[in-house]
Amino acid sequence: MDNREMKKSFLSAQVDVSKFNAGNFEKATDDEKRQQDVMGESTTFFKDGMRRLRKNPLAMGSIVVLVAIILAIIIAPHFVPYSYDEVITVNGQRDKTMTNLDFMCYSDKELAYMEETGEDLFPHIFGTDGLGRDYFIRVIYGTRVSLAVGVVAALMVVLIGIIYGSVAGYFGGKVDLVMMRIVDIIYSLPDMLIIILLSVVLKEVLAGKLAGTVLSRLGTNMISMFIVFGLLYWVSMARLIRGQILTIKNNEYVLAAKCIGTPNRKILTKHILPNCLSVIIITTALQIPSAIFTESYLSFLGLGVSIPLSSLGSLANDARAGMQSYPARLVIPAVIICLIVLALNLLGDGLRDAFDTKLD
Amino acid sequence: MSEEKYLLEVEHLKQYFPVKEGFRKVPLKAVDDISFAIKPGETLGLVGESGCGKTTVGRTLLRLYQPTAGRIVFDGEVLFDSEKKIDVDMHPFRKQMQMVFQDPYSSLDPRMTVEDIIGEPLDVHKLYSSKGERRDKILSLMETVGLNAEHAMRYAHEFSGGQRQRIGIARALAVDPKFIVCDEPVSALDVSIQAQVVNMFEEIQEKLGVAYLFIAHDLLVVHHISDRIAVMYLGHIMEIADADDLNNNPVHPYTLSLLSAVPIPDPETARNSKRIILEGDVPSPLKMPSGCPFRTRCKYATEQCAREMPPLTDRGDRHFVACWNK
Repeated sequence: MDNREMKKSFLSAQVDVSKFNAGNFEKATDDEKRQQDVMGESTTFFKDGMRRLRKNPLAMGSIVVLVAIILAIIIAPHFVPYSYDEVITVNGQRDKTMTNLDFMCYSDKELAYMEETGEDLFPHIFGTDGLGRDYFIRVIYGTRVSLAVGVVAALMVVLIGIIYGSVAGYFGGKVDLVMMRIVDIIYSLPDMLIIILLSVVLKEVLAGKLAGTVLSRLGTNMISMFIVFGLLYWVSMARLIRGQILTIKNNEYVLAAKCIGTPNRKILTKHILPNCLSVIIITTALQIPSAIFTESYLSFLGLGVSIPLSSLGSLANDARAGMQSYPARLVIPAVIICLIVLALNLLGDGLRDAFDTKLD
Repeated sequence: MSEEKYLLEVEHLKQYFPVKEGFRKVPLKAVDDISFAIKPGETLGLVGESGCGKTTVGRTLLRLYQPTAGRIVFDGEVLFDSEKKIDVDMHPFRKQMQMVFQDPYSSLDPRMTVEDIIGEPLDVHKLYSSKGERRDKILSLMETVGLNAEHAMRYAHEFSGGQRQRIGIARALAVDPKFIVCDEPVSALDVSIQAQVVNMFEEIQEKLGVAYLFIAHDLLVVHHISDRIAVMYLGHIMEIADADDLNNNPVHPYTLSLLSAVPIPDPETARNSKRIILEGDVPSPLKMPSGCPFRTRCKYATEQCAREMPPLTDRGDRHFVACWNK
């Protein structure tokens, strides 16, 4: 009762409620209530990672370079009228002056032909090689082969590595022990020796069987390389995935899933693998350049794609002979290899920075 | 004692983990010969200091670990019996026994939405006939634990600790269990949130009649929620009694020291109360003392304590104590 008579201090900032009545207030609308909701927009792990990736200029630059290269190798063969294995002819006749042309040049016969008919021939953007083949289209096809080999080999490695590593890591104990010793043994095999031996053996075995199929274009060397990738290169991937799974499977949510009665297969695919997805994506991105390197390296040694198909490595090898006179022919494939590998490595780094962070 | 029907009976349960010590394998006796029983709708509190095997008891009951020896009977069915070599497939029982985990941060999969986390047990046990039914069940579970329906599509990392623990509880309730092991469900939460969550556990128990094994190291929380309390020390149950009885008439010297460590809100009473401070450290479970594990720190210890482990004996009114001297 006394409180009512208490005088309000003139310094007090308290609102004097007695001055207001119900008419002074209005109910908050639903819209206003929603503004009070403090929770942010719901984001998924993936969206969050992509947002971070987009802020990384190096990674975005790499994506632009890669997309440009991929677009070029898809589109270019459609409007360049030459083929990678075609020795260029003018009006159906073999042209001896066609060889070793410089950038954007025409041969004498081509110039005469254009003069005569008024028809524009497609320029030889990178000139021609020693046999008179358009070098630009050969580089394009070489890039196609190198990238395809890289991606396919990397996917193969990742797939085998995930399956093997996750089984070893998840079941642990004796299973893990045996599986990892096998990995150790494979790890100790000299890979180059095996590739060379396999390609020699496979050449004999496969040559007859492959004739006429798409694979014959790639050549037995390439196939033996894929086999070797499948046999040998997955081990580091398997080790990595196993390590990831060993840490993830100790999380309580895995125990919770076991407690619920979720079968092992589902625990692996629904809880464990999605949680090491970031590592998988990153290593895949880093695995592609290593496969491209191996392919280029083997092609350079003459163990890569079979002629006349080109790969970036075999182009560089061919150009080695005329390095003094025509350095551009060595520089072009070398630069493209560098661009692809650098871009993929930077992208891999960017992906790691964006995705391999701890939530919370 | 055996006239009443028990939901869960545990007899002489042992859980040893092999630990490599050089070339030898030494058993780590996490749980060593414990027995207790829980009635339907009852809460048994399990207290003890860190590393005494509380969590292991809970996980062994749910058969997340393979017990070394003992007998577990749930709802009249023997789940495990080392003597008769009974070891049933746990899958159908997972619907009746569930667990709430200690750490609300690591117990929820960061890649799943709340809806999927709560829906997982429904999926595994195929507890719905249509997508709509699944969603309705999930929403009603969320309501039970005090979460808003609009949170269903969010990810676990967007919630606070208390909310995450509610999600974990909803997941455990999804299969409509009769028995839930609560493994220190409030230890990781703020004190203010602890009260809310503990009260929620009580409300759920009243509504659904589930029995709890409530593991904690906070005696006040355990006393608040439990009907009976068991005190564990190094894998052994030292004392087991009704909650109030244990609080008012503790018998075992270890229980006494635990109770004396509970903070008293009134400073006047606190000043006058005597704190019993135990000497020495907890022995390593790899090198357990002979006889009673507590004897190395017990001021009443005698020769008999070093020779034999005291059995749990009834001191009247279902108050069991394992001590030779008290």
